[in-house]
Amino acid sequence: MGAVVHTPFVDRRADFPVLAREINGHPLVYLDSAATAQKPRQVIEVMDRFYSHSYGTVHRGVYELGREATEQFEGARERIAAFVNWPADCSIFTRNATEAINLVAYAWGRENVGAGDEVLITEMEHHSNIVPWQLLCEETGARLRYLSVSESGELSLDELDSVLGEGRVKVIGVTHVSNVLGTINPVDEIARRARAAGAVTVVDGAQAVPQMPVDLGAIDADFYAWTGHKALGPATGMLHGRRELLKRMRPFLGGGHMISRVERERSTWNELPWKFEAGTNAIAEAIGLGAAIDYLGEIGMDRVREHERELASYALDRLPQVEGISLYGPDSVDRRGGVIPFTIDGMHPHDIAELCDREAVCVRAGHHCAQPLMRCLGVGATARASFHVYNRREDVDRLVDALGKAREVFEL
Amino acid sequence: MDALYRDYILEHYKNPRNFGTLDPHDLEWHDHNPLCGDELGVHIVVEDGQVKDLRFHGQGCAISQAAASITSEELIGMPLTEVRGLDAEWVIDQLGIEISPTRRKCALLGLKVMRGATTGDASWPE
Repeated sequence: MGAVVHTPFVDRRADFPVLAREINGHPLVYLDSAATAQKPRQVIEVMDRFYSHSYGTVHRGVYELGREATEQFEGARERIAAFVNWPADCSIFTRNATEAINLVAYAWGRENVGAGDEVLITEMEHHSNIVPWQLLCEETGARLRYLSVSESGELSLDELDSVLGEGRVKVIGVTHVSNVLGTINPVDEIARRARAAGAVTVVDGAQAVPQMPVDLGAIDADFYAWTGHKALGPATGMLHGRRELLKRMRPFLGGGHMISRVERERSTWNELPWKFEAGTNAIAEAIGLGAAIDYLGEIGMDRVREHERELASYALDRLPQVEGISLYGPDSVDRRGGVIPFTIDGMHPHDIAELCDREAVCVRAGHHCAQPLMRCLGVGATARASFHVYNRREDVDRLVDALGKAREVFEL
Repeated sequence: MDALYRDYILEHYKNPRNFGTLDPHDLEWHDHNPLCGDELGVHIVVEDGQVKDLRFHGQGCAISQAAASITSEELIGMPLTEVRGLDAEWVIDQLGIEISPTRRKCALLGLKVMRGATTGDASWPE
């Protein structure tokens, strides 16, 4: 076998129909994949074919459509679980990553966290990994604590050890990759130290799974949540959990499909993973997510990660050429994903995004659902550019040009 | 000239009128736009049922800051009964630009805090 030659960039633009659009007379440049990613036709076609050909409910129908739907749905689960190296029966379909974290906070949290206990999260969490824990603490009397974020946008394992050493932490909620700063956190090490201290770890992987290889067997956290819509798939989420914990937990939502037997006064529960999948699933979305991870797997997540790193590196070189710009997050692209937050003196991020849109460059502006982190950074909001396999260096150039024009409009 | 970021909008954004605090004041309110985190507060001094003086304070985009600044000049001297009746159209007329649905709350944040201060109603103006 000859050596495999990789090109440094993955250019999959042709697979994404939306990128053929022009907006305001300019070809679309989509730089908001950290919010939600565009979909390749390979995913759209699989979902279209399912709806046109095989749609039926799962685990109910004895007819052909029901069989096909069940086979495709459970097949998607198996491939998705294998993609992140976790058992399929411990991989639960949820509405999104937010619901996955809420599932843990309710079904595990209410049984295992009480007054005097501590819930530890970090200052760089998305609201979806803050608010469920606030609700839990309000109800149980537990205390919510935060690990601080350094000036370079990173967590300190020493601070983690010191808080764990006090012996009251029952659960740690931590993001794998920050949706604002791009910081890649050492979640394997955090999970290891947490377990040694008797705490359970819940990782928010919403930004990680779409853009880098994620091996849950190696990370070995107790719970890991992510969502399909940032991974080139439709909006359906995943929760991967440790079997012994999932087995002991009470259900999250009650209803059809999650039961074994329903009596007048009480019920017994279905097996894993269906115990946590009440009601009719988003079936086509699950199958679409299966197609999305097939697509990503075919590119290879190592290459996706390399592509993200190259683009982040190029953006970190180019963006400082814009006068008055400030960049946030780790300096080294080895410690950050393809997410670049920035502000420009004299211009609010909302206005930056509005003026970039005139040039058909889509960037996010706002607090990115991370208001505590915004306060740490000392800003109310930032603009943010983020990348995926359909972006190329030219897109960063278009952003830099758009920012230059925006400054002209503001007469800066 | 840009259709949204007109000269006077940028001028009010860069040099907002009636911005700061007033102490003592009779009425105050503070609110934010949950979408983007923009914040705006107001202090009002009332005399004979009229807005004798006011100051806005906070941080936000050009549209929210310019809207507060431009309307502040109209609001000073206005009877509170009239302030309570102001609606979204009034603000947008004052701004004199087309406001897209995505920027509507930016434009209305100033009126929202005025309404809060004068009526206690924390809902968005319509």
